[in-house]
Amino acid sequence: MRRAVLTTSATVAGVGLLLALKPHHGGLAAASGPSGGGSGGAGSGSATVAPHGSSGASGSSKTSGTGANGTYTGDVVDTRYGPVQVQVTMKRGKLTGVKVLQAPSENGRDRRLAEMSIPRLTQAALAAGNARIDTVSGATYTSEGYIGSLQSALDKAHG
Amino acid sequence: MAESGGGREVRVVHVMGTVVSFDVRTPMTPGISRALDAAEERLRHVDAVFSTYRPDSEISRLADGTLTLDACRPEVGEVLGLCARIAEESDGRFTWTPGGRLDPSGMVKGWAAEDASDLLFEAGATDHCVNAGGDVQARGSAGPGLPWRIGLAHPHHRGDLMTVVTGTDIAVATSGTSERGGHIVDPRSGHPATGLVSLTLVGRHLTHVDALATAGFAMGDAARAWVSAMPGIEAFGVTTDGHAWQTPGLPLWTGGGTAGLG
Repeated sequence: MRRAVLTTSATVAGVGLLLALKPHHGGLAAASGPSGGGSGGAGSGSATVAPHGSSGASGSSKTSGTGANGTYTGDVVDTRYGPVQVQVTMKRGKLTGVKVLQAPSENGRDRRLAEMSIPRLTQAALAAGNARIDTVSGATYTSEGYIGSLQSALDKAHG
Repeated sequence: MAESGGGREVRVVHVMGTVVSFDVRTPMTPGISRALDAAEERLRHVDAVFSTYRPDSEISRLADGTLTLDACRPEVGEVLGLCARIAEESDGRFTWTPGGRLDPSGMVKGWAAEDASDLLFEAGATDHCVNAGGDVQARGSAGPGLPWRIGLAHPHHRGDLMTVVTGTDIAVATSGTSERGGHIVDPRSGHPATGLVSLTLVGRHLTHVDALATAGFAMGDAARAWVSAMPGIEAFGVTTDGHAWQTPGLPLWTGGGTAGLG
């Protein structure tokens, strides 16, 4: 079975912020005050990024005539899935990297989905394995479609 | 027919354009037997009130404007209220006005099946399963110490399964390209939903799970992020490009070493 792990909500939130950051490229140098402008409001549009001296600000934060350089840590933004914080790397005013520092991790949020090829349990395999199946869930069948269905067989097998 | 320990009482009802199967594992009593009759009667009543195929149903007359909501039975308002709630929860992906006409069919079946399940439970049938055309509400267990095992139908191979979900007090709803021929339309785009062949959601209450499955299926690929962020809901999806995905908390029965599973 082929398995690949996909990150979902964290990635989605990250992408959302990435998209929200893009229009800020040119104006990034202006957002220079420490944690300046952090409205903290919900919504993707409020992800302001400011140069930050504390944790994560590994690179130098220089602003030259050709644009911002360095690593910037964004404010924590409250999304509908929970708080998200990203760190972006800029080179000459261009976004070269994004790192998600904080992503929702409460119960049931930020869950990784497993991807695989479609598994198949044939009736023969189920019978050979003596696998008890109580009922079947699937796309709604018609009254006619029920006849001859696995569910119909299970209903007849009672007693 | 239903002896204690492994006995089953099964009743199959053709209603609402599909088939509803009741499978009671609690030893039968006269009270449970009456509740089965009441549950069957209840489904026929719901069909009469909510059927969009019957011009004289309250829903049809409400849609035609020949009946006001005040004049309808209280359950009509209850179902429309549930529709509004799910529509909000799904950012408009669930609709009870497809094509501009009142049609809460996406809510009615799961709601009616859970309602029927409640009737059985209240009559003492603590262990039972209701399968409404492929949407399942199970209560209690399938036998002493045996959680229910619910197979997920393979969308491409009739009679085969993909995997088996297990649990007590569990609701499982699958939305897909229906045998009834109707394709689910994404109400936001107005186009048939693409990206998914089937979407199964697992939770506690079928009313909720069934409506969410309809909404999620209409989302196509976007359903992944949506369901993964939903507390208390697990999911199994099959994509149009031949892949499957699942949330990590999906309660799967792994076969306990028996052959043919994997």
